Amino acid sequence: MLSVCLTAFASPLLIMAGLGIASGVLLTVAAHIFHVEVDPKVTEVREALPGANCGVCGYAGCDAYAEAVAGGKAEIDRCIPGGAGTANALSKIMGVDAGDMGPAMVARVRCQGDVGLAREKYIYTGIDDCFAAAQIFDGHKACAAGCLGHGTCVAACPFGAIKIVNQIAVIDEEACKSCGRCVQACPKQLIVMVERRQRVMVLCNSDDRGNIVRANCDTGCIGCTRCVRACEYGAISMQGALAVIDYDKCVNCKACVEVCPTHAIRDFDAPPVDREKEAAAKAKAAAAKAAAAKAKVGAAKS
Amino acid sequence: MIGNILTAFITAVFIDNVVLARFLGICPFLGVSQSTKTAASMGAAVVFVMTLASAATWGIQQVLDSFGLGYLQTLAFILVIAALVQFVELFIRKSSDALYRALGVYLPLITTNCAVLGICIVNIQTKLGFVDSILNGAFAGFGFSVAIVLFSGIQIRMQESDIPEALKGFPSALIAASLVSLAFFGFQGMKL
Repeated sequence: MLSVCLTAFASPLLIMAGLGIASGVLLTVAAHIFHVEVDPKVTEVREALPGANCGVCGYAGCDAYAEAVAGGKAEIDRCIPGGAGTANALSKIMGVDAGDMGPAMVARVRCQGDVGLAREKYIYTGIDDCFAAAQIFDGHKACAAGCLGHGTCVAACPFGAIKIVNQIAVIDEEACKSCGRCVQACPKQLIVMVERRQRVMVLCNSDDRGNIVRANCDTGCIGCTRCVRACEYGAISMQGALAVIDYDKCVNCKACVEVCPTHAIRDFDAPPVDREKEAAAKAKAAAAKAAAAKAKVGAAKS
Repeated sequence: MIGNILTAFITAVFIDNVVLARFLGICPFLGVSQSTKTAASMGAAVVFVMTLASAATWGIQQVLDSFGLGYLQTLAFILVIAALVQFVELFIRKSSDALYRALGVYLPLITTNCAVLGICIVNIQTKLGFVDSILNGAFAGFGFSVAIVLFSGIQIRMQESDIPEALKGFPSALIAASLVSLAFFGFQGMKL
């Protein structure tokens, strides 16, 4: 009886326990023998970085940059998404002066011609990618400079800061970390980095003449030069038929935003213009004017 | 001899492909095939681990057989393979930084890969000798690499396609995998 118990239970138990213990001992010993010293600074630096692996620093990712910083091979101010906060954290870890990170930047899309405002020249049903769409007659937008809205920049953004709204790329200023990935991604070179403190911007990239722009899009710069005349500081000039703001002279007075007839100049402190409301108000004013004229005619008759 | 090895190679890679004919290791096959580079690294790691595991488990099986405990096979193999992979990971990390970067991150993923366990059990069931087991392990691992690299090309192509909303992601990947598998069934009729 005892021997049956031994062979049926004890030997498999012993074998498995032996295997388990042997593997455990082997791994413990191996962990000691093959122990690799990891510089604690690398871990610390890595934790201070945002971890988006965007590659703006010029390294293959946050891990590679952390190693370079900890090894003293890279400057600590190369992480643009992390900004001054990350540079300060790294300067504390490394005991190096953070230095000047330069002005805070933000990416902006120089096109507002969404599905309701810009005309299409043909119906595109190909690959859902801006580069692919741009191959065919400069894209399906009637305006050759316009945003194609297939979201190549959305895919490029490591921070989820870009959305396609009404088939046009819209950047969330809060979420943008100014890494510049989208600038490289856009086949139309529509996205530019500007200083965050610049609150007005011409959101049109077409230097076509006014009648062509007007035929293609309801919100393009038609080259009317009203903004040039409205600017007291001489900050706006015309390049061809496109208004360009010189940010060295601009003081954010926003006079140009008021006078732009197509709302091509956007004030980034205010929400986007509600065009439906504006059209309704215009129609109402016109109706009131017509009614007033009618009443005048009536009064003159009687 | 060389003819036998060639036969074993073609059998393991094409006719009895571990993923496409035996349906083992589907999880990394679908998961790590988003880019050709990672797929190739994963394949290399699988070749490495399968070869080692085939050698180790052949020895374990001899021990188990001598005690008449063949039924502990699955349990013992899982334990031994897991410990072995961990050990190899530690060793590579110490000895070669480049190799660790190429394979290291994928090693923990295949500690409990059913393809590795499956091939080890197949080795025992078909009563292969020690050298044949090791060769079969390496060839099966190579078969896995061929399958995953092929499939990564299809995955990349599918990422750019206009797929119906309901089929995006795993459904379309599974359909594509089944078609690749069907294509590999063409090898089943080969007489070697």
